[in-house]
Amino acid sequence: MIEHFSYIVTVFLMIAGLYIVIARGNLIKKLVGLSIFQTSVYLLYLAPGKLLGGTAPILAPAYGVYSNPLPHVLILTAIVVGVATLALGLALAVRIREVYGTIEEDEILALDHRIEEAEEQGEERRA
Amino acid sequence: MSLATHLPALQVVLPLLSAPLAVLLRHGGVAFVLVTAGAWAAFATAIGLWLQVGQLEQGAFISYPIGSWAPPWGIEYRVDRLTSLVLLLVSGMAALVLTASRASVEREIPRESHYLFYAMFGLCLAGLLGITITADAFNVFVFLEISSLSSYVLIALGRDRRALAAAYRYLIMGTIGATFIVIGIGFLYLMTGTLNLADMAARIGAIESSRPVLAALAFLTVGISLKLALFPLHQWLPNAYTYAPSVVTAFLAATATKVSVYVLIRFYFSVFGESLVFDKLPLPQIMLWLSLFAMFAASFTAIFQDNLKRLFAYSSVGQMGYITLGLSFDSVNGLAASIVHLFNHGIAKGALFLLIGGLVLGIAKPGSAPPTPSFDRLAGLAKRMPLTCLGIVIAGLSLIGVPGTAGFISKWYLILAALESGQPWLVGAVLLSSLLAIAYLWRFVEVAYLRSPAPGHEAGTEAPHSLLIPAWLLVAGTIWFGLDTSLSLGSALEAAGSLVRSGR
Repeated sequence: MIEHFSYIVTVFLMIAGLYIVIARGNLIKKLVGLSIFQTSVYLLYLAPGKLLGGTAPILAPAYGVYSNPLPHVLILTAIVVGVATLALGLALAVRIREVYGTIEEDEILALDHRIEEAEEQGEERRA
Repeated sequence: MSLATHLPALQVVLPLLSAPLAVLLRHGGVAFVLVTAGAWAAFATAIGLWLQVGQLEQGAFISYPIGSWAPPWGIEYRVDRLTSLVLLLVSGMAALVLTASRASVEREIPRESHYLFYAMFGLCLAGLLGITITADAFNVFVFLEISSLSSYVLIALGRDRRALAAAYRYLIMGTIGATFIVIGIGFLYLMTGTLNLADMAARIGAIESSRPVLAALAFLTVGISLKLALFPLHQWLPNAYTYAPSVVTAFLAATATKVSVYVLIRFYFSVFGESLVFDKLPLPQIMLWLSLFAMFAASFTAIFQDNLKRLFAYSSVGQMGYITLGLSFDSVNGLAASIVHLFNHGIAKGALFLLIGGLVLGIAKPGSAPPTPSFDRLAGLAKRMPLTCLGIVIAGLSLIGVPGTAGFISKWYLILAALESGQPWLVGAVLLSSLLAIAYLWRFVEVAYLRSPAPGHEAGTEAPHSLLIPAWLLVAGTIWFGLDTSLSLGSALEAAGSLVRSGR
């Protein structure tokens, strides 16, 4: 149990994040869920890269055991991607709030539905 | 080292450089020239690589170590026949669409954000080319995110407010897809200790039945299927294509989903290997049924759309079904059908959406916002915009698969592969679903050619030459690749032959 602790945390975050994205209708909450989901992946890469008692990869006789530095580099890139995604998502949410006046998904769908109905009625009147 | 040896790096670097330059210079016209030049340079590079690959023997590839760090430690770029064909498609489509874009962008996007639009276009192109050329698993993810993030922005620039909602939705589903892909890559990295795809493939054989490898396969399949809009993971696509600016739809429809198919082919055939994907798991059967659902359900939905852009967006989902159907056979002819359809459908859809952009320009009233191309506005349009409408019909014939067009070649090989695999009923399915394509194309023909315009909708002039000429080059391409198949089918067969085990 204790040796799988990091995996349990990873899977919990993964499922919790994905659940929030799917289950919540609020655009901001969806983005929170998405971020949690992405964060779980950081842990998936990083946790196995750490060796107990391992140091940074220094080539010196005093250090024998070192942790793999590559996952850290990869996840640094993934974090940048995650930040960019979150920023873009929030920017879109702001623009949606400006033009729709709401950030609830069901209300946006209802507004769109109303436009489509209005368009169809306009066409019928013309025809 | 001469310039020729550095072509793989230049392929990505040239369009990648054009984007920040466009932002720094802050001028719409200059940005257009810069990014278009970048795309043409990428196209020239792709042709150069094509010629270089042609000189190698079958199945050989060009390997380029980035920064001279030898693979598998450094990042490797790798160009074989399939890579080269996809590079040609992506960079060629970008060059033509960008050349045609000026008039349409002028009307559909606010002037002050033109330079940002072109910068995003350049980034999206660089990302798509990067995904195709790289041989490093994590690099695939990074380039995937570069192209995805810029395409979310491009879609959100559409004038309709529904473009924002569509872009948000695509962002959520696209990011879930990309995260699934990176989880899959993570499992593979943990199990094999390498990120180089070829190195991974060599080490995966010994552990292919272990649970993390199976999980990686599942995560990658679902993630890539989201990006390529495999039915039923296609929900983001219709709205994104409908409300994005016309040129963005033309470019994304022709390239983005096609590059995702390429990634799927790479992982299935080059990394996991057919014995795992096709023999031990029921993946081909799942793929077969999802493809059939896509071919019928999406094409059937397309028939009832009132917006021409949305109609062809659903048609795209249906056409992706043919591509994944070819994959599921695991035979040379099947994979060749997928590859050649990826190429042919890209050209036809690029032409279609460009010409629809021309239609929107043509029916727009001076000074007002460009309207949606709904059928009541298109009535009798063939008289006033004959070239645009004829182009749409010819490209549409390629979607149906009429002999003499490129679409016929792909469907012919699909049928051959179905017969080879001992499932002749699939021939009927392919033919039946083509009938659905006839139905939705006929709706356009009927409205544009046979109906008289509704009062108040008589306006409409031919689209500008700057848009018509590149679009007609693509239309000519759908005919050319239906008659002379040495480029498209020849390289598809060669690529499939070296990827599929029965072809080796």
